[in-house]
Amino acid sequence: MGDERNLLMIEQLKTYFYLDENRVAKAVDGVSLSIKPGETFALVGESGSGKSMTALSILQLINKPGKIIDGSVSLDGMELISKTDKEMSKIRGNDISMIFQEPMTALNPVFTIGDQITEILRKHKGLKKKEAHNRAVELLDIVGIPRANEIIHEYPHQLSGGMRQRVMIAMAISCEPKLLIADEPTTALDVTIQSQILDLLKEMQEKFNMAVLLITHDLGVVAEYADRVAVMYGGQIVEQTSAKQLIKEMKHPYSKGLIQSLPSFKKTQSRLDAIPGTIPPAYDFPHGCRFSARCPFVMDICTQSNPELIEAASDHHVRCFLYEEGGADIHETASPAAK
Amino acid sequence: MVVNNTEKSDLKTVNKTPFQLTLKRFMKNKLAVAGVITLSLIILAVILAPLLTEHDPTKGDLMLIEQGPSSEHILGTDGSGRDNFARLLYGGRISLIVGFAATLFSLAIGLVTGSIAGYYGGRIDSLIMRVADLFLALPFFVLALTIIAILDEVTISVFVTIIAITTWPSLTRIIRGSFLSLREQEFILSAKSLGASDFRIITKHFLPNAIGPIIVNATLMMATMIIVESGMSFIGMGIPQPTPTWGNMLSEAQNIRVLRDHPEAWIPPGLGILLTVLSINFIGDGLRDAFDPKSNRR
Repeated sequence: MGDERNLLMIEQLKTYFYLDENRVAKAVDGVSLSIKPGETFALVGESGSGKSMTALSILQLINKPGKIIDGSVSLDGMELISKTDKEMSKIRGNDISMIFQEPMTALNPVFTIGDQITEILRKHKGLKKKEAHNRAVELLDIVGIPRANEIIHEYPHQLSGGMRQRVMIAMAISCEPKLLIADEPTTALDVTIQSQILDLLKEMQEKFNMAVLLITHDLGVVAEYADRVAVMYGGQIVEQTSAKQLIKEMKHPYSKGLIQSLPSFKKTQSRLDAIPGTIPPAYDFPHGCRFSARCPFVMDICTQSNPELIEAASDHHVRCFLYEEGGADIHETASPAAK
Repeated sequence: MVVNNTEKSDLKTVNKTPFQLTLKRFMKNKLAVAGVITLSLIILAVILAPLLTEHDPTKGDLMLIEQGPSSEHILGTDGSGRDNFARLLYGGRISLIVGFAATLFSLAIGLVTGSIAGYYGGRIDSLIMRVADLFLALPFFVLALTIIAILDEVTISVFVTIIAITTWPSLTRIIRGSFLSLREQEFILSAKSLGASDFRIITKHFLPNAIGPIIVNATLMMATMIIVESGMSFIGMGIPQPTPTWGNMLSEAQNIRVLRDHPEAWIPPGLGILLTVLSINFIGDGLRDAFDPKSNRR
């Protein structure tokens, strides 16, 4: 993909959860993606589609009964899957760091903000106590926290949600990582704070030339902040292209369903067009295409085999039979089962 | 914990550490404070024993057996002519040391096993918890009595060890339980994603958040340990004579003559046990309330 080297390459990543003897949840099932330095890559999908598990797999933070069974994750050409936990702990926070959905619970309640930031600086950068403290104040200042040298002595419960997310960002960027994984960073925040936090992320990204893997279910966020985007469904990528291209022309029926389920100012409607049904449990995907049971364009072949991810247009990959050879014709004639 | 703008100038009140907040809540509990004062006085008395009495608690004067109170022996003497007041003070030392050391020992085992079980889970967790279940299933008194009966000599350290190895499972369970609930907290995952090692996560993120239940249970356990020591010494299976403990001072009262004619010989050690255990329990209750975040709201 392009001739510029990739920062992060994920190839055919498979993370399975062995629930019991008979059930294996294929949380991430053959995901491949690549992120270039400084780029924002969005991973979109509804709950349970495997977005967060993909992110945790990158950091090798999959807990039992989960296991990465196959594939490769490489950062700057360095393979991460074969790394020991000790080696990984040097990479986490240093080269790759992560911020989470719930700023309320992502900070340790019994330590001050300063303690938590300096801890990382001292571990990864080997700074002395005093230096780390000064750097922490600086970082808080950078992420736009007023009165940084007072806030640094406060405890998480004394801060608002937006402030805590800023602190999380300060912690995540403290070692100037090459890749920042943001797992639904604004889901738990007010709408007004959401855009502030996303703008801050963008600003930090430019300042430190970080790549950002943005996990979200908000296509509006994708349109505004992402360079490239992958739509996930049932542990697989079903559509992957540039953010611009996706917004312009969604190909996969699931992506279309996602955008249709957004409220719009243009049309008045009493109900939103939700995608019928729910995502099947990861241990019980239907035979054939995983979206087939909910797809309005479902064809016979969809229930028989799972389509491959194919390049339907230049740099626009889709996992759908509608776009396989001759599929385009069907696409023209196929009418949605539901209006 | 409302921080008003008007309060901002007074940063000292805003930036209370969790420890200070806990202390503040603890001080509100009058019984717990009374417990601290009483226990401090008892501890002070047993530490300063050599200053408070010049008698040797282990050496008796066979010419002065079961004497009543006098200016020389303010609580009289026991069946071997040993000064009861000296025995009360030095005995308190032993009882408190046994209670404290046994709790510490038990806590150490519980911390290590509970942390490992709760943090790593899986097979190692099952193994530790099954061993703990095994120890809990054994009748404590029978086990302790059997070991003591087999051993030739029961020293304080042996006695402490016996109590500790039979009581650690309850602390292991509590520590494992709080770890299990903390394990699902996002800040643990967050710490991991920022590169903290296992040891660091256990010591910096798990233990400080689990410290409340650990301290409370250890405190309450200490009271039980003192009772156990007294009980075992009372039936003659604890620390052997002539070393004084409150328990074996009480065993003197098995003699009906002492029980009836010399209340000054057995009431003080009984009172010592009662006050110490009550104080510790009150402190434990106070700590429980102080560590409970729900009482934070006021």
